[in-house]
Amino acid sequence: MNRPDDYLNADYSVSSWLLTTDHKRIAILYLLSITLFFFVGGAAAVLFRLELMTPPGDLVGPETYNKLFTMHGVVMVFLFLIPSIPAVLGNFLLPMMIGARDLAFPKLNLLSWYLFILGSAVATTAILMGGLDTGWTFYTPYSTMFAHTNVVTGVLGVFIVGFSSILTGLNFIVTTHKMRAPGLTWFRLPLFVWALYATSLIQVLATPVLGITLLLLVAERGLGIGIFDPAIGGDPLLFQHLFWFYSHPAVYIMILPGMGVVSEIITCFSRKRIFGYPFIAFSSLAIAALGFLVWGHHMFVSGQSAYAGMVFSILSFLVAIPSAIKVFNWTATLYRGSISWQTPMLYALGFIGLFTLGGMTGLVLATLAVDIHVHDTYFVVAHFHYIMVGGMVMAYLGGIHFWWPKMTGKLYSEWWGRVSAAVIFIGFNLTFFPQFVLGYLGMPRRYHAYPDEFQVLNVLSTAGASILGAGYLLPFVYLLLSLKYGRDAGRNPWQATGLEWRTPSPPPTENFARVPEVREEAYAYGAEEAP
Amino acid sequence: MTTPHVRKGTPPKVYVSVYAVLLALTGLTVAAARFDLGRFNLAIALAIAGTKALAVIVYFMHARSAGRLIWLFAGAGFFWLAILITLSLYDPLTRGWLPPPEW
Ligand SMILES: [Cu+2]
Repeated sequence: MNRPDDYLNADYSVSSWLLTTDHKRIAILYLLSITLFFFVGGAAAVLFRLELMTPPGDLVGPETYNKLFTMHGVVMVFLFLIPSIPAVLGNFLLPMMIGARDLAFPKLNLLSWYLFILGSAVATTAILMGGLDTGWTFYTPYSTMFAHTNVVTGVLGVFIVGFSSILTGLNFIVTTHKMRAPGLTWFRLPLFVWALYATSLIQVLATPVLGITLLLLVAERGLGIGIFDPAIGGDPLLFQHLFWFYSHPAVYIMILPGMGVVSEIITCFSRKRIFGYPFIAFSSLAIAALGFLVWGHHMFVSGQSAYAGMVFSILSFLVAIPSAIKVFNWTATLYRGSISWQTPMLYALGFIGLFTLGGMTGLVLATLAVDIHVHDTYFVVAHFHYIMVGGMVMAYLGGIHFWWPKMTGKLYSEWWGRVSAAVIFIGFNLTFFPQFVLGYLGMPRRYHAYPDEFQVLNVLSTAGASILGAGYLLPFVYLLLSLKYGRDAGRNPWQATGLEWRTPSPPPTENFARVPEVREEAYAYGAEEAP
Repeated sequence: MTTPHVRKGTPPKVYVSVYAVLLALTGLTVAAARFDLGRFNLAIALAIAGTKALAVIVYFMHARSAGRLIWLFAGAGFFWLAILITLSLYDPLTRGWLPPPEW
């Protein structure tokens, strides 16, 4: 039967997209918007990586350089990474994974997207007006007293985008509580749903603090109300406390959903039940909760109290435990599994290795005395790119490749998929591994010029970045081509478990003809599990 | 799916009177600002603001008739606020404990 009754073909009018309340269409709207911003943020990175090929500042001046890395950070963090997996894959999959026809509040979901578009438009306006140069962290007193760039406009854009994030989180929490199919108990939920739930808790609990902080910044910069400036009664470290109260948990907004994706992919392509389901589920919640107690590790050299530094250092070590639990359980799932090396699996395995390296170097940074040496160097830059790019972007691409057949009904070229996963892995490591060394040798971050002895490693990094960039363009091309030339995927091309695979691809607007009833645990890949 | 915890038909009278109370408390804040009560300035302003927030939560946000899960989430919000305040205060309150080294 070829009658187009799926969500993509239900209606072709522009208004049917812009006014849709279908979670799947909203996911596609997010996919298109954040892909655009990914390439905008990437373009800024191309420019400053080119500048860093040579020691003197010859391609761009210091002001432009500062604006470029600020634009890269703001766009990548707030307009790409934070919405990436939750707003695209989460929106698309959460209702289908729990056997629902939509999210709990479909109109609120559409409002989230419009707030995202409004906020990103304001932020883009700030860029077009000449940009801002504070770095994505907007630290005071620079952002309040010294910067002559478009700080207020940029900050207001981020402020608005925050509301989009809060509403998505709220929607997911209520949906997970209220809309599960009959028989789908909490411990039968896919681990991606647990990860989204933990992420949503952070989005709801932390993002308001970011909003308040940014408003206080605007109040001091614009109205001279003393919040952060000691000369008018403020505390100079208060901004950093408030900012990192959001922004450290925000790191987990950016990594937890990726961990959820990896749990789904690893178990599917090992043809095995996942090892230690409750441990993975609860470690997501543990990461979300502990993540709120560690923010002071960004402030070890800020003049913060030495005792606070010690407490934050110890608490930061604790976060390694639930993270390691996940890595061990994924590895144990692979053990004696019948592993197949399809594209999503390559991304997931890449994630495990790169996330582990990123996490371990995080422990180095959480160590008080060592942090004095490597603080504000390229070591830090390399560390968080291993988490956010090596971790989250790999997981995002893995998830896109895993569920692309479900979202579009088409299969992409498996050969090109594997090639691009390999190119991205190689390009990524060549870009960022030299930065660990650079930082350890003492090259500070955020400078457009540097001493001659750092050039070799910088050239390696820039060469890696061009490979990485090519690697990112590949999926963009072959995934688009698959829409026209790809074979039909069928319901379940990977023979995966999970309710989303029981509906046609692409799914009908209502997801399920009949609401499914769940009688078994997730990941019943049982057959090959014999000892 | 119906949401059983939202009490249907809270009389408009309740909303109007809570609104009036909120306005009155705003007036009280303005009035209190005219007197310098020293260290009590902040305490009084915060007490009034807290009362208003409570009224909004209990009546406008229907917390009064809400189920346990809603209370759990509302409580979590306050718990996380407490984390923000205590761990942030830990820094300025202990900043002076360690005398700066003599260089
Ligand atoms: Cu952190």
